[in-house]
Amino acid sequence: MLELNAINSGYGETQVLYGMSLCAQQGRVLAVLGRNGAGKSTTLKTIMGLLPTRSGEIRFEGKPIAKRSFDIAKAGIAYVPETRDIFPSLSVRENLEIAAKRFGGDGADWTFERVLDLFPRLGERLDNGGAQLSGGEQQMLAIARALLMNPRLLILDEPTEGLAPIIVKLIHDKLQELKAEGLSMVLVEQNFGFATSLADDVVVVSKGQVVWTGSAQDIRADEEAQHKWLGV
Amino acid sequence: MTIDLGFWTLQTLNALQLSMLLFLLSVGLTVIFGLMHFVNLAHGALYALGAYFAASLAAVGGYWMGFFLAPVAVAGVGVLLYTGLIQRMRKSGPMAQVLVTFGLIFALLDLTRIFWGDLALAIEVPGILSGRLAFLGVEYPTYRLFIIVLGTAIFAALSLVLSRTQIGAMIRAGVDNDAMAACLGINVERLFFIVFCVGCALAGLAGAVAAPLLSVTPEMGLQILIPTLIVIVIGGLGSLKGAIAGSLIYGFVQTFGAVLAPQLASVLIYALLAAVLVIKPVGLFPAKG
Ligand SMILES: Nc1ncnc2c1ncn2[C@@H]1O[C@H](COP(=O)(O)OP(=O)(O)O)[C@@H](O)[C@H]1O
Ligand SMILES: [Mg+2]
Repeated sequence: MLELNAINSGYGETQVLYGMSLCAQQGRVLAVLGRNGAGKSTTLKTIMGLLPTRSGEIRFEGKPIAKRSFDIAKAGIAYVPETRDIFPSLSVRENLEIAAKRFGGDGADWTFERVLDLFPRLGERLDNGGAQLSGGEQQMLAIARALLMNPRLLILDEPTEGLAPIIVKLIHDKLQELKAEGLSMVLVEQNFGFATSLADDVVVVSKGQVVWTGSAQDIRADEEAQHKWLGV
Repeated sequence: MTIDLGFWTLQTLNALQLSMLLFLLSVGLTVIFGLMHFVNLAHGALYALGAYFAASLAAVGGYWMGFFLAPVAVAGVGVLLYTGLIQRMRKSGPMAQVLVTFGLIFALLDLTRIFWGDLALAIEVPGILSGRLAFLGVEYPTYRLFIIVLGTAIFAALSLVLSRTQIGAMIRAGVDNDAMAACLGINVERLFFIVFCVGCALAGLAGAVAAPLLSVTPEMGLQILIPTLIVIVIGGLGSLKGAIAGSLIYGFVQTFGAVLAPQLASVLIYALLAAVLVIKPVGLFPAKG
């Protein structure tokens, strides 16, 4: 569904990705693991067109991916960034509407009501400003906003970072529901247990390239790889 | 000097009139700045162009023709500037943008000289707006009241659009975080283009309504630039609230400073600017808290 072939990318003069290649399959969850600074977030930003690729190719559903972020979004990829990036000047309702109005045509899978069913907490906060939410609520809003884009592929950057265990559990359950519905996902995580319990496939990234590929079961059983690449 | 109620009313109206003119200019500049981090110093030159277009159009078809068409013409110039120059310079950093748009001021200055000559132009106020109105005990020029009403109406319309409509939400989202806005499928470039054109049109409108109050000269754009920049620095970048607050502060300090403490008037606004920058370096109501 999404394929990266030998991507080189980075920030200005600084190259961060060196021949990054990975493949996310339709209807499956791919976890991207790796230590801090390995280049996981950089990979997602490159996919979203926020960083230019210097060489290599990204294909989405068999075609070369669009260049501009808004075309990539329209092609069906929704992005939940590490910093959540809730718009502080917009209310919770507006944060959701801005996605819903653009992607929620007739017969759309995800509607305003449906994301509020998924995260009832947001329903109580609709008229709050985006800046007034707790970290957990921001994460719920970022996921809800992404779902309202009715994406074919959802990519999430460390959705559990900095959240209380009870919220981590909640996010886990919700992502599990999405997976059960067959939503394709790319999940960047530091939380090994969280990631491997959700994922079907796993790649491990180090210094801007993939150093390990396999299934979630494989990596759970492979203590050597865990130790070597993740310091688990 | 006898200071009575009429004096205060009169000066308050003068201050409001100056504020509204500055508001029309600063609102476009600040939102362009906030949305795309683009420094367009040529904004003042567009104001001068608005005045010239208005003067020429008024000579042909009367005041109202200038009033309605000058903003459109200036927006047209904005389109040319945008596609010819600004679009290419989006990623070239503030220093290059400042230099190029600063140079543009002089290019536009010379163009106005070539087309309209060096002599100041005058423009007649239309019949219904000429004369004076009795207002809270003073006789005040109707035309200046018209500017106050117009500025207030445009402020109200813009706040309504920004706070209540989908495009307003998109603009606020773009000012907050343009990368994330793009990841939600918003064509931020096109949004910027629209905002840029509206900003240019408002600058043109400011020039058109200011034209009857002062003589239209090529330098008027340069003269208004510094007050406009002070307004947006005091108000805080990127926000409508900042533009109106900064304009009111500038208008009142300037007007009352000039009559109450004439010897201090020229430094008063700079002292205020310095004070704001010390207390709140980002300005009073920046779009990004
Ligand atoms: N905005 C940036 N500018 C320059 N270098 C950056 C920037 N963001 C991240 N980096 C560098 O890129 C490398 C990879 O970062 P990142 O992709 O965020 O890692 P991860 O998400 O795997 O923790 C790090 O060495 C980091 O310092
Ligand atoms: Mg990261």
